[in-house]
Formats: sequence, C-alpha cells, structure tokens
Amino acid sequence: MAKIKKKVKRIKIDADKCNGCRSCEIACSAFHATPKYSSINPARSRIRVITHRLKDIWLPVFAGEYAPAECSGRDVYIIDGKEYDECGMCRAACPSRDLFKEPDSGLPLKCDMCEGEEKPLCVTWCLNDVLVFEEREEEVEEEEAAKPGELDLGIESLTNRFGLQKVMDTVARMSRKG
Amino acid sequence: MRYAEAGYYLEVDLATGNIERVETDPKLLETHLGGLGTSVKLHWDRVPPETKPFDDGNLLVFSTGLLNGTPAFSCNRTVVTFISPQSELLAYPMMGGFWSAELKYAGYDKIILKNKSPQWVYLWVHNDKVEIRDASHLVGKGALETQDLIREELNEPNAQVAAIGIAGENKVFTASIEQSRSSASRLGGGAVMGDKKIKAVAVRGTKDVFLARGAEFMEHMKGITDYINFRNENPVKGVMTILSGIGSPQEFKHTDEKWHTENFMWGNARVRRRDFWSKEHEEEWVSTQLNAVKRFVSCYNCPQQCGALVSHKDVPRYMAKCFGKLTYSMGAQVDQLDFNFRILQRATEYGVDSFSTPQILAFAVELKEAGILTDKDFEGCPSDPEGRFSWLLDRVVRREGIGDVLADGTYWAAKKIGKGAEEFAHNTIKKHEQLPLKLSTLDPLYFLMYSTNEKISITQIEGNWPQAAFPTREQREAFVKDWPQLPDESWKQILLEWEPRGEKGIPYFPTPEMCSQIVDWMEMLHNIDDAIGLCAGMGSFCLKPPYHIHNYPKLISAATGMDLDEAGLKKIVNRSRNLHRALNNRLGMTRADEKPPEDHWKKRFPELEQKLLDTYYAYKGWNMNGIPTRARLEELDLKYVADELEQRGILKNG
Repeated sequence: MAKIKKKVKRIKIDADKCNGCRSCEIACSAFHATPKYSSINPARSRIRVITHRLKDIWLPVFAGEYAPAECSGRDVYIIDGKEYDECGMCRAACPSRDLFKEPDSGLPLKCDMCEGEEKPLCVTWCLNDVLVFEEREEEVEEEEAAKPGELDLGIESLTNRFGLQKVMDTVARMSRKG
Repeated sequence: MRYAEAGYYLEVDLATGNIERVETDPKLLETHLGGLGTSVKLHWDRVPPETKPFDDGNLLVFSTGLLNGTPAFSCNRTVVTFISPQSELLAYPMMGGFWSAELKYAGYDKIILKNKSPQWVYLWVHNDKVEIRDASHLVGKGALETQDLIREELNEPNAQVAAIGIAGENKVFTASIEQSRSSASRLGGGAVMGDKKIKAVAVRGTKDVFLARGAEFMEHMKGITDYINFRNENPVKGVMTILSGIGSPQEFKHTDEKWHTENFMWGNARVRRRDFWSKEHEEEWVSTQLNAVKRFVSCYNCPQQCGALVSHKDVPRYMAKCFGKLTYSMGAQVDQLDFNFRILQRATEYGVDSFSTPQILAFAVELKEAGILTDKDFEGCPSDPEGRFSWLLDRVVRREGIGDVLADGTYWAAKKIGKGAEEFAHNTIKKHEQLPLKLSTLDPLYFLMYSTNEKISITQIEGNWPQAAFPTREQREAFVKDWPQLPDESWKQILLEWEPRGEKGIPYFPTPEMCSQIVDWMEMLHNIDDAIGLCAGMGSFCLKPPYHIHNYPKLISAATGMDLDEAGLKKIVNRSRNLHRALNNRLGMTRADEKPPEDHWKKRFPELEQKLLDTYYAYKGWNMNGIPTRARLEELDLKYVADELEQRGILKNG
C-alpha cells in the first residue's frame, strides 16, 4: 500500500508552568459555541485544568476518546512528591465521572484541535506557554479508516446508552412531529 | 436574552430559609452597569441609614462584575458589600480567585444574604439547586480548611468556596472572607458573615454566559493580549521594580524588598529603618522566599502570577499574595521573613486582614510599653516579639481577654481603653488602619485620594498616575512618549512640568485644579474596574495598564450589545460614584471625616489642604461639605437621591 504524508498535530503540556488560570477552558468553550464566540461555559470545554491547589497540582488535560465503560484504572501515581490518581489524568469521557460531557445532554466532548484555525485556541490564549502546539509530517498508510465525525460519536454513545432500537424509534418519532 | 450578565439575583433569607431567584431589571445595566455600581444601588434602595452593622437588615451582598465569566483577561473580582462594623459606612472589599465567574456560570449576578441564621450554616449553590446546609461541624475550622472540607463533603472538586475562619465567627472587625488564593479582607466582611452565622458560600455553575457580539469581543481582546505581552516584556523604566509591571504587585516573584523595608514603617507605623536591607538580611529574606514559594498562582482567567502557593518548612501549606508577605514581620519588628511566613499561615486560616491586623497587634505592644495596657492584660504572653505577636493574634481572633477589645481595631479599642490610648491609634482614616507610611512633604494628589475616596485604602484608589515626579526631563519625556492610556495629549504637559522639588514640585504642583482632574480620573478608572469585575492590577492600579478608557467602552459594548462610548461610560460610573457618596453621606459621613492621619506627612499645609478639598469638591459637583449638589445629582438622573438627602436635612440649599 502506498505511503502518504500526513500532518500530525499535538499539544505539549508543560504543567510546571501552569498558574491555574483556566483561560484555556474559556477560549475552548467560546470557540466551540454556536455561533462561534457567542457564549462561554468552561463546563463545555474540551480542556480542563485539574486542580488541587494546596497539593500543587495544576494539570491541563484534553478531552480524548469516548469510553463507553468504566475502566479498572484506579491507580495512584506519585511524581515528584505529588500524588495524582490515574482517573484525574485520563482524557476519556466515561461513565464514571462528569468530565468532558456536555452539561445539558451528557454527550461526550472531544478535542478537535480547533480545526480551521492556525493553532488551537487554548494554545493562543495560554500566555504562560504551558501549552505548546506542535505539528509534524508523518508517513502513513494511504487507506485509513475514515474517522467518525462528531455526529457519529454522539449517536454511538446514545446507542450504547439506550440501545439502537430505542434511538431509531425516537428519531422516527421526532421526524414525524416535523 | 441577557448578555454578559446573568440577569438574576439570588436572595437568601437566612432567618426563614426562604430562597428566591429574582430576575433583575435590564435597565440596571444601562444605569449602573454591574458589580459595585448595581450593588450600591441595591444598598441605597434597601438598607435604610438607621441600620447598624450587626442588625438583621444589614444586607451582605456578594456580587460578580459585568465581565466576569467572559474571555476578558483578569475579570475575576467578587465585590462584597455591607455596612462595615469598623467604619460604619458602606464597605466594598473585593477578592480575586475563582468564585465570581463560577457564580455567573451558575446563573446569578449577585447573592443577597438577608437577616441572620439561628444556627451555623453554609450556602450551597449548584445552578438552579440552592441549599442552606448545616455547618455546625465546620465551626472552629480554618478558612482554607473549610473550603476543602466543603468540596469533599459535596463531592464537588470544582466547587468554589468563600469561607470565614474563627475570626469571622467571632465577629472580629478585621475578619476576612477567604477564597482560594484570594480574600475580601478590609473592613470586616468576615464579621458580618459571622454575625449572620454563615460559615461559607459554595458555588458550582455549568451554564452559559452570552456575548452579544462575540467575534468582535475576541478581536478587541487580541489587541489587549498583545499589550499584556508587551508590558510583561517591557517594564516601565525609572520606577521601583514593584511598580514597573502589570498585575497586582508581584510580591512573591520579587525578592528585592529594600524599598518596602526601608521606606515603610515598622511596628505600629512608627519606626523607619533606613539601613535594614543589609547583606545579612537580604540573604535570609531572599532564601526564605525562594524556598517557600512552591508555585506562582493566578486568579481566574489571568495570565499574571501575583499569588503563590507557600510551602514553608514545617508550616502547613497556604496561598498568599501581595504585601501580606511583609506586614507581620514589620509590625512585630522581627527581622526575619521566616516569622512572617509562619504567622501568615495561621492568620490566613483564622481569616484576618493582613494589612490592619498586624497594626492592631503592634498597637497593643506599644500600649503595653507605654504602661496603658498592663501585665494583667498580657498574662501568659511570651516575652519575645514573635511569641508575643502570635499570642496576641490568638487572643484577638478568639476575642479572649484583651483580644476582645483589640478585635474592634485600633480606633474603637483606643476609645474603650482610654487612658490616652487614642494617641496610639494614630494611623486611621474613617476609623480604618492605613498602610504604615509616614512621609515628609504633603503630596496634594495623595491628600485628595486618602481624604475623599470611599474605599478608604490607598492601594485601591491610586494607580495610573506615577507616585512621584521623575527626576530628569529625559525620563519624563520617555515616560509620556508612549502613554496611550491618558484621556488626551494635553495631560502629558502636567507630567513633563512636574519636578521632584521646587516651584514645580509638591505640595504646590500639580496645582489643586490639576490634582482634581488627575484624582477624579484615577478614581473613575477604579469605579469602572469595580463595576466590570476587573482586577485593578490590569487597569486602574498600575502604570500603563492593558485596559483603559479607550478600550473599556468597546469591550463593554461588544459584550452587552449596548452601544457605549467613552462619554456614556463615564456618565454611568459617575452616577454610581455619586450615589455611593450620597449613601455614605446618608450614613453620616461629611467633610469632617475626610482627612489623612495627622502624622502621615511631617510637613503639612493646612491652608493648601483646605483649598485642595474645596477645589476637588467643586470639580466633583459637591458642596463644600462633600455632599453632591442637587444640580449634579439631577444631571446624573439621581433626582430621587437629591430629594431624599434634602428630606433628611443632609443637603441644604441645593
């Protein structure tokens, strides 16, 4: 199979520089509002600064894949004398916690690197250089399975929660109502 | 649809447990903006002047500012308003931290606490769900400790909690309200919370704050962001390090304390130590600070790093900011910073103001030395300065023995003690302890700020105008060259002409007319910040700030959809400012109260001082007793205020 070049984006997080201001959460929720920048709500943000102030823990975490089930990860990491629980560092929207879920619908949120912008808004708004955007080219296999879009992810999680039949029935009922 | 503001107040009657979510009049945004402006209006309308600080009717209002919760950097202040037990006027201490944005996201602009609870409670606000919960198990707990205990008990790690320590529980007049790395400290808000038996207010919000023209707002923020970056890379030259940057003074970042330790007074605002910053002291202070500061921390949505997480030796961790780094060591006349970092932890958990409290303790030490307080008052007190200060602090926050008298602050304590103690309560304005500064020649700008501002604490009055004249013409020219924050170019001439001494120096220059113009301008900037919830460190308090009169209206317009220009914004804050003045006049404040401490300057100029006051009052549209005239009030659509002041006999002959 032919190899093609692909841009890989990532954000490097220097947690030691974080002053815990949460501007990243604000910028993220503003960017993803509809219309863009019309509202602010850190609870809708796809980045969250996990904070235990007196324990000196300020840890920006990005929303990753949706996990339909709880994992068994309840381990504790001690790094440089600070105690982090594994759950606190995890990027997944999962059934065991409220993190990275739309507050209204409970649907999972995922970081999309602010598609269309020069760099993610959280990076632009972090004036302390905690978040550093990196882009590099990588060779990958040509045929890659299409990544599911936001709607697919949403429907998938609804299906996992309520069953496919119930989701289809509801959509059918809603469409009849017009 | 409401923009920038939530459009609701949360009214809580602590006596009956009745809780109401009340929609506010959208017109209030146009007449008073929000924050301090709308809070002043609320107190004017609802708290009659007969109300005493510890009466049921003394409302305790926690307010967000108009731009809290929006992407505007550093808009994170909570304004707490109440009649102060110390000054008996309307107090409005503010705190940064994370609380006010959370309240806005929960759907409220203000929380209004009415009456008193029969037993200890705390308030838990989670969006539309609001509960008054039992706090009997939290009584006696520290102010920081309480915040974590509440988060744990609610299983809400993201809840923001404002709490009092035991000083507030015991209605100490300098009791603060602590929250995260910040506190609303001055004038006894913690005491009013304690009187109402409310230990804490916890908030979690997950709703939207809307912007009327979001894309335009973000565009304006780009310019402000660029300027923040520019200022962080380009400190102002020719001024003390502490004044060169933006943000609140970066006390935990800067280790050079030559200026504070040698120019501010030690003890009970008495002793100046011009040679303190020796090699030996410098070494201890710098190493203590560098070892203790674990991390610089900011408030919500602020790129600056004015606070610190402090982890000092065996002392439990706490967060600290600003001048509190020095006040206890200097008050106790202890040469080591180690002492300050120790006692500050205790003081933070007790919940006391670190500006006035050390002065109260130092005042007690002086009274003991003068024989006015006796061995009996100090029974059990250690004799070393550190031990004595800690012992006194413990007595004050518990109101035990002599601590009960001292807990009312130096003014009231001196009155109770008598025997000449009044002479020792020498550093107050309107009954409130001031910064321990004693200077040489009267400064006309500072004379006006100290005398006339309702805040009664200079750090939140002064700001945009340099504290002193630059020594050389070159420095002045360099400073004015890049000064876009000024209202217009003509102001630059005043600074260019202003010299450290001589004919064009203080006390006669700037002239009373110029001083009026400058002081009024600085005060207006503070009033804007206090209405929109902006930290003064990014606006009114510092030299060449990112926010100023030319960009505030643009941001407010884009956020709210209300089309506001500079003149429109000035009119709104002037309206609130005059209402605030009228409110304090209604509480009894007059010209007679408007004076700095007698010994603030060695060289005083009584005639000039009266002329300064006359000129400034006239500039403000106030009569010679410091009361807004009918014409001024009507011009600001405050006819109802003029009517009431006349009815009460406060305003005579217009």
